[in-house]
Amino acid sequence: MTQLPARTDKKLGLVIDLDTCVGCHACVISCKGWNTENYGAPLSDQDPYGANPSGTFLNRVHSYEVQPNQGEAQLIHFPKSCLHCEDAPCVTVCPTGASYKRTEDGIVLVNESDCIGCGLCAWACPYGAREMDVAEGVMKKCTLCVDRIYNENLPEIDRQPACVRTCPAGARHFGDLGDPDSAVSKLVADRGGVDLMPEQGTKPVNQYLPPRPKDRLAAASAEDIDILAPFLEPVAQEATGFLGWLDRTLEKL
Amino acid sequence: MTQQPVIDLSPKVSDEIRKTTCYMCACRCGINVHMKDGKVAYIEGNRDHPVNQGVLCAKGSAGIMQHNAPARLRAPLKRVGPRGSGEFEEITWDEALQIATDWLEPIRAKNPEKLAFFTGRDQSQSFTSLWAQSFGTPNYAAHGGFCSVNMAAAGIYTMGGAFWEFGQPDWDHTKLFMLFGVAEDHDSNPIKMGIGKIKARGARIIGVNPIRTGYNAVADDWVGITPGTDGLFILAMIHCLMKAGKIDLHYLAQYTDAPVLLNGDENSSDYGLYLRDEDGKQQVIDRKTGKLAPFDQPGVRPDLSATYTAEGITHRPVFHQMAEKYLSDEYAPEAVADRCGISARRIRTIAAELARVAFDEAFELDHAWTDFRGETHLKMTGRPVSFHAMRGISAHANGFQTCRALHTLQIILGTVEVPGGFRFKPPYPKPATAHPKPHVGVNAGAPLNGPHLGFVHGPDDLALKEDGTPARIDKAFTWENPMSAHGLMHMVISNAHAGDPYKIDTLFMYMANMSWNSSMNTRGVMEMLTDKDANGDYVIPRIIYSDSYSSEMVAYADLILPDTTYLERHDCISLLDRPICEADAAADAIRWPVVEPDRDVRGFQSALCDLGAKLGLPAFVNEDGSQKYADYADYITNHERRPGIGPLAGFRGKDGTKSGRGEVNPNQLDRYIENGGFFVEHIPAGANYYKPWNTAYQEWAVKMGLFDAPQPYLFSLYVEPMRKFQLAAEGHGDRQPPDHLRDRIKATMSPLPIWYETDQTGNAGYTITALTQRPMAMYHSWGSQNAWLRQLHGHNPLYLPTKLMQENSLKDGDWARVTSPHGEITVPVMEMAALNQNTVWTWNAIGKRKGAWALDKDAPEATRGFLLNHLIHELLPPKGDGLRWSNSDPITGQAAWFDLKVKIEKAAPPSDSKPEFDAIKSPVGQGPNKLAWKVGK
Repeated sequence: MTQLPARTDKKLGLVIDLDTCVGCHACVISCKGWNTENYGAPLSDQDPYGANPSGTFLNRVHSYEVQPNQGEAQLIHFPKSCLHCEDAPCVTVCPTGASYKRTEDGIVLVNESDCIGCGLCAWACPYGAREMDVAEGVMKKCTLCVDRIYNENLPEIDRQPACVRTCPAGARHFGDLGDPDSAVSKLVADRGGVDLMPEQGTKPVNQYLPPRPKDRLAAASAEDIDILAPFLEPVAQEATGFLGWLDRTLEKL
Repeated sequence: MTQQPVIDLSPKVSDEIRKTTCYMCACRCGINVHMKDGKVAYIEGNRDHPVNQGVLCAKGSAGIMQHNAPARLRAPLKRVGPRGSGEFEEITWDEALQIATDWLEPIRAKNPEKLAFFTGRDQSQSFTSLWAQSFGTPNYAAHGGFCSVNMAAAGIYTMGGAFWEFGQPDWDHTKLFMLFGVAEDHDSNPIKMGIGKIKARGARIIGVNPIRTGYNAVADDWVGITPGTDGLFILAMIHCLMKAGKIDLHYLAQYTDAPVLLNGDENSSDYGLYLRDEDGKQQVIDRKTGKLAPFDQPGVRPDLSATYTAEGITHRPVFHQMAEKYLSDEYAPEAVADRCGISARRIRTIAAELARVAFDEAFELDHAWTDFRGETHLKMTGRPVSFHAMRGISAHANGFQTCRALHTLQIILGTVEVPGGFRFKPPYPKPATAHPKPHVGVNAGAPLNGPHLGFVHGPDDLALKEDGTPARIDKAFTWENPMSAHGLMHMVISNAHAGDPYKIDTLFMYMANMSWNSSMNTRGVMEMLTDKDANGDYVIPRIIYSDSYSSEMVAYADLILPDTTYLERHDCISLLDRPICEADAAADAIRWPVVEPDRDVRGFQSALCDLGAKLGLPAFVNEDGSQKYADYADYITNHERRPGIGPLAGFRGKDGTKSGRGEVNPNQLDRYIENGGFFVEHIPAGANYYKPWNTAYQEWAVKMGLFDAPQPYLFSLYVEPMRKFQLAAEGHGDRQPPDHLRDRIKATMSPLPIWYETDQTGNAGYTITALTQRPMAMYHSWGSQNAWLRQLHGHNPLYLPTKLMQENSLKDGDWARVTSPHGEITVPVMEMAALNQNTVWTWNAIGKRKGAWALDKDAPEATRGFLLNHLIHELLPPKGDGLRWSNSDPITGQAAWFDLKVKIEKAAPPSDSKPEFDAIKSPVGQGPNKLAWKVGK
């Protein structure tokens, strides 16, 4: 059993905007590229050109259809990686101390040299956010690009996780969720950000911004009183015909 | 608490960053290629680049897997087995170029048109077309005809530009963004960035698409329209807006042809044509004087209402015709609702929302500007509604008119080239009249008499021989599809096989997977490519193909010229061609070899420099007959299209200080590399809106060499060239269409946008529309060989709406037989609720032929993946009139992929999806069974 720190100086994490994520997988592959080349063992791929290609990814995008009680079905893109939980069950379950939560910033990491590949942490994680690398036999997980965010070899503007830097729609945000004045904390407050599966009691640091309400124009057109109708008030009654319309319309000039 | 491990928080990132341009799709983002030990270690977006500003999509980040793909071709190949077998031997470049020369030299000497040279997803068309022109064949085009020519041509004829490369929404000011049809595969990062930007501002998106995925999934409102009825929906909104007077009358009067007078004499051969003055200028009535005036006369206030009668002929403004047509009940929401699958109430609500935002949320920018009539305006009025569409509405046989309707909607709202609306990117705006016309003047042993592709302005510009038969192998610019501005690549093989309009000798193609996902009727195309005549000779005698990878098409060529990967080559993303400009700037870019090839391959354009010189093509040899351009880089640097105008606009002049116009700079490519692989020149403030009419913009464009004199023009709500084709069909003029096409030309060539039902011959009993789209993480068939990307999209179920799943007792994972009037496939299905009730769809180009792309023969792409192409024929089913009609837009010839109608029934699960084809022999073997791709140690 490994202990979690009583508190961390910062709570670094991601805020993911489900209203904006178009499901393009840019974050998935950027993560794969950076983390293959950087922290720890490369993210390997088995049978990459074969019948059952299967590789290690630290971040994946799932898509879910939602059928509201009223109105059209919706499709939600849902990127998921380690949520760097405050009460991370993957850490406490680790028999070797390889999994740990950093006291400085709360990032949950795996010290690969101590990892025996037992997989208990993956079982313990309610989010399915850890992946065993088959080639290396060690557990891989999101590092929040710990080798980027403080990296003095990178320009300051690039000291953020690869997935955040690459997201074309700007649906991913990185910062200190322990600081109520940080941009990410404000965004969470403004947009009603939520914990993923709060009932698990893991206290995830990462937050999700819910999709805004959809199809309001459809709802408006279904209501008896059409609030937009005044915008289409005819300029002339039918009886006056084309010339009437023309005259009345051109009066505006 | 135990000590936590100490980790290196500042590891070395790379030895060097080399900045070049992505080619994982057509978006052309800037990339930083991180190098370690001379190898590619990591690819990220270039923050300074105008297109992507640092971001990068999944494809771009997976470029490392593309660059190292096991499917890369290694050396020139000569076919040794039968066509289609994939049996080749590797040969040297000298031998390959000699074979090609031996084939092409005699053709050029006698019948240059017997070479058909078609390039696919080519980003060097100003170069490849120069090569073809110098060779002398009229038979050249790229892939636009089967992609989105309807959008491009409709935009250029209507307003001098379309979406994507031609322009973009004003993301910084727009408040309502309306998106039609599948658009995720073009301009991919900029649109995602734009959506992110407007969402962050609280602006809203309306998505119109039978399928609620991608951008439509994040749209605030989704309209699950019946496929192919977008034009009808748009015209109904135009009806509502006009009826309510919610149109920008000032804008229509000043900047469009709405006030231009049309000949109203039904008996005249000029009936319906613009009234023009002696200089050929469109005439209007000036509201101040009540008299005729040319449209561009200083101070003129064109009258939208007044008519003009002379010599007994009444001329009425275009605006009258628009009012008559669109105020008609034919376009009332109630009249179209059932066909569109959108309630009349909802059509009105959306039209009202457009009106509300365009007019009630109008705003002003404090930028003074002077228009082409000399009037200075102190402010710029913004109408914050913008639109975008691409292939979704293009790839129907009514696509051209639908795209025209969309542009008309933008224009009547006054949102084009104004703040908050749609904005052109240089070198656009550029009216159709400023583009070349098609040229087909063939002379043995000599260059063609001008550029191949262009814009016709009437029957005289058609590409017909003296006997009236088509001059081009693809029958572009003929009465069957007069305005086929991008050619018809999808008809080349079929026509060449049929010897109709004539036989060819050599088919030469680049980057086009014609024996698989880039053709309709895929099995038929394979048969045409391998068919032999009575003498046992191939009906298409010779095929040369260039590709970087072991695609399905490789097996069907006699000679393969292996291309490099995009990280091993020079390219220019040129203002002469398809540049990367932004609405506020002219920009172009290069690719350069950030790594040298480790195989015996050459950039295709460099190979063309070699081949052009061996053939003695005038553009590719010096006066003494020696090779003019050592390679493509040499061409990019030293070629001048006009004096001082070359492929690259940046760092011109001997010292590299000139932009746009300037002498050749021998160090130009180095300057691009130093600058991050691109060049940007910003449009001055005050010149960056109202570009077609803004004197400051026009002058800047001349200075940059985009054109040689200011060319202000009016938007063409009324496309006069279309009226000229109608007049011919009505019997006017010397050049007459064949009788069987007269009615169709009269009906479809309406100079004002219309909607018509596409030809439904043979579709009785086939009631479901079947569509494709590309996943955002893939483009082209390249994606499926990419070890990372194929884990995202390794197979493609057919998605069915809940209703069709239930009707056919299907559940996820079941298989269904899908039948069209042309063919049958058996494929796995999956339910999707957020889908039009009568539409099925799948991801495009995931399905693979066994043996291709260095994939295992049991790869899911080959066993469960499939193509809808097997269900689509390049011709419509026979109508019983003895003729075969093309499955394309009758105006442009655009392939009507999205008109496909099918029926569906449950099927017993087969071992593999059907149809199955024999495996082709791989010229490159198969990829490894494990990857752990870490370059740095």
